[in-house]
Amino acid sequence: MTTATARVSRHGSTTAKPSRDAKARERALAWVRRAPLLPALIFLIIVTQLPFVVTLAISFMNWNSLSPETTGFAGFENYVQVLTDPYFLQAIVTTIVMTVSVVLASLLLGLGLALLLDKKFIGRGLARTLLIAPFLVVPVAAALIWKHAILNPVYGLINGTLTWIWSLFGSDTPPQTDLLSSAPLLAIIISLVWQWTPFMMLILLAGLQSRPMDTVEAAQMDGATPWAIFRHLTLPHLRQYLELGGLLGAIYIVQNFDAVFTLTSGGLGTANLPYAIYETFYYANEYGLASAAGVVVVIGTIIVATFALRTVFSLFKKEAAR
Amino acid sequence: MSTLNPTEPRTSVPGPTALNITPRRRGKSRMDPTRNNTAAGIAAWLLALMFAVPVLWMILTSFHSETDAATNPPSIAAGLTLDAYKEFFGASSGVSPWPSLINSATASIFSTVLVLLLAIPAAYALSIRPVKKWTDVMFFFLSTKMMPVVAAVLPLYLFAKNAGALDNIWFLGLMYTSMNLPIAVWMMRSFLDEVPVEMLEAAQIDGAGLLLTLRKVVAPVAMPGIAATALICFIFSWNELLLARVLTGVVAGTAPVFLTGFVSSQGLFLAKVCAAAVVVSLPVLFAGFAAQDKLVQGLSLGAVK
Repeated sequence: MTTATARVSRHGSTTAKPSRDAKARERALAWVRRAPLLPALIFLIIVTQLPFVVTLAISFMNWNSLSPETTGFAGFENYVQVLTDPYFLQAIVTTIVMTVSVVLASLLLGLGLALLLDKKFIGRGLARTLLIAPFLVVPVAAALIWKHAILNPVYGLINGTLTWIWSLFGSDTPPQTDLLSSAPLLAIIISLVWQWTPFMMLILLAGLQSRPMDTVEAAQMDGATPWAIFRHLTLPHLRQYLELGGLLGAIYIVQNFDAVFTLTSGGLGTANLPYAIYETFYYANEYGLASAAGVVVVIGTIIVATFALRTVFSLFKKEAAR
Repeated sequence: MSTLNPTEPRTSVPGPTALNITPRRRGKSRMDPTRNNTAAGIAAWLLALMFAVPVLWMILTSFHSETDAATNPPSIAAGLTLDAYKEFFGASSGVSPWPSLINSATASIFSTVLVLLLAIPAAYALSIRPVKKWTDVMFFFLSTKMMPVVAAVLPLYLFAKNAGALDNIWFLGLMYTSMNLPIAVWMMRSFLDEVPVEMLEAAQIDGAGLLLTLRKVVAPVAMPGIAATALICFIFSWNELLLARVLTGVVAGTAPVFLTGFVSSQGLFLAKVCAAAVVVSLPVLFAGFAAQDKLVQGLSLGAVK
């Protein structure tokens, strides 16, 4: 709790005697302190909280903009439909599968890369820069590249490389893949793992480099194997960084729209909830249904977010205490 | 927090001392500095190249002609040409990407400036002269970020439609401001927290006014952080697709929207797609590499330094 005490000292002297005058002054001072905060707070409440209240209201309505005569109160009808309609159920499953697999795979890959980049070798800076590049390609552009330049069954880089390797051995019947139609969800997951691994790597590398080396050296001196050091010293230290990376990644990947929209347009069971909602209101004009699905997403996110907030906060307190 | 760091002495050693002797960076005296490093270096380089292949392939293909771009096996050594870029900029179709690029720049820069104007004072009230219960306020900011955009997009769309703000780039900029503001507040708080308390106290004792303190004490420490926050907010706005697709049309369409509508089903277009991806990604690549030093701290919302 070093942070708390440090913070208190920033509060200055507020130990005035509880006379009425002093109390009024204190209250005025509190407002002076609050003033710089208010524009940001008010702006956010208007732009994010109000629309959500409206979404909540619409979610209990029958409202299809194409047939306005049916507009009216619907009760929980929309929610029942979201939780029973195969399209939405599939979207819920897809969202969970996509988020969990992308987060786990990019965390593992990111951990491996961070461990490698933690060692000194020639050109480490350049290797790190190359590794960050995927994260810095505009997501839509990245999805387009994956779809047309890499996964395309006719002239994509993967099939092209297979043809080339097989031709080296004199074969003109190379195996060819078509991930976009045979395993479209996997195709989306691969492209997202490619984009998010650098993010995880950066956070884990920072975690590795904040590791106190004296204990590692002591363990090495005592003859601990590299695996034992990793298992009992490095991994426990990294735990919070793993959690932080995982939860921040999850917040963004749950909301992914760009990759699904570009790679498959939600076809073949790849529509996640954001895409399903987009389709429901943008193409099907089912405003009530889309809103109910939106509320379901928010409830799901709140559950995950409760953990996220705790982790982010504990780590950030620890860093501040240094 | 339940995780205990086994490397930090927990009892019997006085706290401050224990914290002070913990080295922030690794010491020079690391044992066996060369062991395994060649192997690790080779492995790291191989993986780095694997990750970079799609980017490098995108760049190479963008300089190929359409016929060389769409071959199986790939024509790596084909001659280079700027045709794809000329095509992207509308050489034969007459459709220029410039309006969409300018729209993206407008929305991104406008929202970034607005975010900084709102976030810096807010961060000041959360760090340097913190309000009571400042942690609750921080949580509130972050919780708004956790609400998926799709949950609010319909009311925003309906409002924009009725208020005549549909297909208006400034309205989109306002939406980007709300999207980035929570992140920016968290980042800025972390950067302002690096201003030493002692310096603030010294300034106060010397009778420095608010503006002087901000200029002479806070700004020098916080400037790199402000720059990094601005760059990261710019990147997020530039990348955004969902809101742009829903809220803009022919007039205010941004570069990502332009990209999605750009792929045609007729003829060869691979080199053109790659050129388009390169052009649209260039600002982000520049901004990202410019913010590289502070990228981790910014993206982790200040939790990791």
